[in-house]
Order: sequence, then structure tokens, then C-alpha cells
Amino acid sequence: MTPNTLAQNIVEINNLSFGYKGRMLHQGINMVFPRGKVVAIMGGSGSGKTTLLRLIGGQLKPSKGEARVEGQIVHQQSRDGIYKLRRKMGMLFQQGALFTDLSVYENVAFPMREHTDLPESMIHDLVLMKLNAVGLRGAHKLMPTELSGGMARRVALARAIALDPDIIMYDEPFAGLDPISMGVICGLIRTLNDALGATSIIVSHDVKETFTIADYVYFVANGVVVAEGTPEDLRKSTLPFVHQFVHGEKDGPVPFHYAAGDYAQDLLGFENARQGA
Amino acid sequence: MIRSNILVGLVRILRKIGHNFSDRIWRLGAGARLFGLTLAYSGESFRRFHLTIREVYFTGVMSLIIVLVSAFFVGMVLALQGYYTLQKYGSSEAIGVLVALSLLRELGPVVTALLFAGRAGTAITAEIGLMKATEQLSAMEMMAVSPIARVVAPRFWAGVIAMPILATLFSMVGILGGYLVAVPLIGVDAGAFWSQMQANVDWRFDILNGVIKSLVFGVACTMIALFEGYDAPPTAEGVSRATTRTVVTSSLAVLGLDFALTSFMISM
Repeated sequence: MTPNTLAQNIVEINNLSFGYKGRMLHQGINMVFPRGKVVAIMGGSGSGKTTLLRLIGGQLKPSKGEARVEGQIVHQQSRDGIYKLRRKMGMLFQQGALFTDLSVYENVAFPMREHTDLPESMIHDLVLMKLNAVGLRGAHKLMPTELSGGMARRVALARAIALDPDIIMYDEPFAGLDPISMGVICGLIRTLNDALGATSIIVSHDVKETFTIADYVYFVANGVVVAEGTPEDLRKSTLPFVHQFVHGEKDGPVPFHYAAGDYAQDLLGFENARQGA
Repeated sequence: MIRSNILVGLVRILRKIGHNFSDRIWRLGAGARLFGLTLAYSGESFRRFHLTIREVYFTGVMSLIIVLVSAFFVGMVLALQGYYTLQKYGSSEAIGVLVALSLLRELGPVVTALLFAGRAGTAITAEIGLMKATEQLSAMEMMAVSPIARVVAPRFWAGVIAMPILATLFSMVGILGGYLVAVPLIGVDAGAFWSQMQANVDWRFDILNGVIKSLVFGVACTMIALFEGYDAPPTAEGVSRATTRTVVTSSLAVLGLDFALTSFMISM
């Protein structure tokens, strides 16, 4: 890696393979995440998109290849090294993953209390600023159980940006949200990325929202990157998988039916077995 | 054909037994590893000691009612049963000693541990299991905060601190229950009740050994509850199974350890 590419790409995935329980989930994946950009990883459910985020965050180790963050190979770091890298990352989990025993205020203050010695007055101001950025300053006294799905996601976003991270990772940020909340989150991802000068990595299968804000998109299927490009390029793509995915077609390279034997045989099998018994 | 079917069945049974055995060994190793990590991260967790105090409240103080009410009834029943047997030998004044020794040496630590496993142990397992299922533990890790230092270790030390206190309170309330049945109800002489107890209860062999037992049970019950929660599959079924396993494993561990500790203490 040259200093030039290091300066350009904050995260790189090089020839990465990952598998567990004898099944290979990724085989030789290559991706780059340039500084300041919003990059999306898209693919069907179970294609290992979230696993890629966990590999970047050092929660999993690759079977082959590497994930680099700021030029450092993540899986070769000691525990302290990984924790040091994670302090530069913020992650928004699919369901928010707010601490249910802490209030909204305490959830956002959590990373500040853990990693800084800031006085309480400053933590107070910072927490309210972060909550204000996601439009929920007025909800700082509520408990996570009192929030709607969209609000919980926004509080989790405020917590993810609590320490002004260089990299923000989003795991399915639009899943299960109503159209208004979806639009709000969509706008926030782009705004916060540009305001903080961060790099965002979005894992999603929501084409419309992701294409609105992403600068670059990778499509993952069967453990490999099947297509990549800007949203404009991918909208025009004639690749069968991308076409099926982008236009939400029922059948195509990804079949409607799960692999199964002969239909008639399956139906007759029950009758035959009953007669045999 | 029949013979080969029997052979296949036998192989399947043997494979299942082997799988169950290796699975248990694996879980034992994983539990020991978590115990080691908990001790290693304890220093980090002591720096936020308010978390441990908070957990002492949830595991200890919140278990007080069930422990004290049970202790009261256990003490009363002990006095009734003890009096029934002792009066046959004309030594009903020894009822105070019987109640005190039964509680301090055995029932205090053991029943408290069983109640603790049912009340606090299940709560710990379910809470940690659900924290795992809702990705709270993962979120903590991604924030560069160790869940073992922040979640596991404070609960472990809270259990270790709470158990001997609960067991001591159990014995005290149990003795009070025994007194109320023996003296005002049955009519045993109050002076004989207390003086025989004072003369025959040894500080080291009875009281201290009871406290040591409850400490060991505290370590075992809390660690089992923590491990089951930490190891639970992140599903509703996984958490419910883990909660059940906490009660079953803790109860068996307490009874097994009680036998081992009692034999060791008696032989000393």
C-alpha cells in the first residue's frame, strides 16, 4: 500500500475470504472506501453484508486476506490495538442496540463517559448537541422503551457519532422504518457524513434510499462482488443480478424457489409413505 | 437388513452420546475461560465500582424478601420438627442448638443459594441473554468497551458480595422463626434456648464454615448464570433454555459442592 492510497482510502478490504462451520461466506472480496465518501454494500439477505462490517470492526477474523483501517491490518492488532481503531469508528446497529437500562441521554453520553475525562457540564452540552443533530434533543429524558423504531435508530445514530468518528458504519439503517423515518435517516446519513468529514459505510438492501445518498455501491452475491459502480452506472446496468435487484424482480439469477427436489415427487411422497405404513 | 439397521441405530446413539459429552466438556472449558476473563477484567471493573454496587442492589436487596420470608418459615418448621424428635429423648431444651446449627452449617447457605439461583440467577441470565440478542453487547464492543468489564464482572462481584450477606440474614431470621415457635408457642424455656445455642455454636467450625460455603455458592451460582446468559443463542428460545439451565445447573452445583465442602470441613 502506498502512502497515496492510504491517504485516499480509509478502509480497504483486500482479497478477503471468510467462512464458518465449513461454509465459505466470502471468497476473495476486494473493496475500497475512500475518505469522505458514502459507500454502500448491497446484496440479498444472508449474503454476508453485516459480516463484512464485523470484519472491518475486528469482531471477526478473516480466513484469508485482510481488512485494513487507516493502513492497519485489523485482525493482526492486539486487543488494545483493535479498541484503539474502534474509537475512530461509530456503528449503527440494525435495531439500534440502545442500552435498555439507560435513558436516551445516558446512552449518548456512554461513549464519552467511557473514553474521555470530560467534565459533566461539557458532556451535557455535547449530548444535547448530538441529540439536536438528529432532532431528538427534546427526548433526552425518555427511556429506549418509550421510543418508536425510527426514534431509537436516530438516538443510536447520535450515540454512534458521540466521539466524532472518522468512519461511521450503518447496518441496515432503513430496515423496518416508516417512509417518513426512512427519509429522515437517509438525509441524516448524508448530512452527518459531510458535516463531520467522516466516511460512511452502509450495508443495506433498500435500493431507492441507498442509491439516493451513496457515492459508490458494491453488490455482493454468493460470496463475491458481482458488480460495483456509482448508483447511476448500476441503474443502467444490464447484468442480470443487478437488474433483478435494482428493479425488485421476483425471478432471475436469484431464484424464487429454494433448491428442492421434484415437485410432483414431493407431493406423491406423502401418499406413498402413508400407503407403505 | 435388520442387523444393519440395528448397527446404524447403535452408531447413531453412540455418536449422540459422544456429541453430548464433548459438548459438555466444551461448555465447561468455555465457562472456565469466562471465569478467567472475569477475574482478569475485575480491576478494570472495580474502577467503576458504582456498577457493582448497583448490581448488589438488584441481586442482593431485591432478593431479600423471598430469602427472609423463606428463612422465617424454614426456622419455624425446623423448630417444630426438632421439638417432635427431641422431646422423645427428653432434651427439648436443645431445640435452640438444633435450629442454629442446622441453619448456620447447612440450610442457611444451601437454601439461600437455591433461592438466589431462582431469583437473581435467572434475572442475570435473561438480562445478559437479551442484551446479546438485541446486539447491546456487540454495540459495547464496537464502542471499544469490554462487555466483560462493563457487564459481566460487576454482576459477578455483586453476587459474590450478596450471597454471604443473604445467607447470614437467612440464618438470623431462621433462628428468630425457630425461637417464636419453640419459646412462645411450644413453651421451651427461653434461657435454655439461647444459652445452649451460645454454648454449642462454634465461631470457626459453624459460623465461619457456613460463610465460606455461601461464598463458594455465590461464585458458582453467579458464574453459571453469567455464562448461561453470555453463551445463550440470541433467540427467544435460546434465552428461555439458558434461563432454565441456570436454575438446573446452579441447583445441582450447589448440592454437589455442599457435599464436597461438608466432607472437607468435617475431615479438617
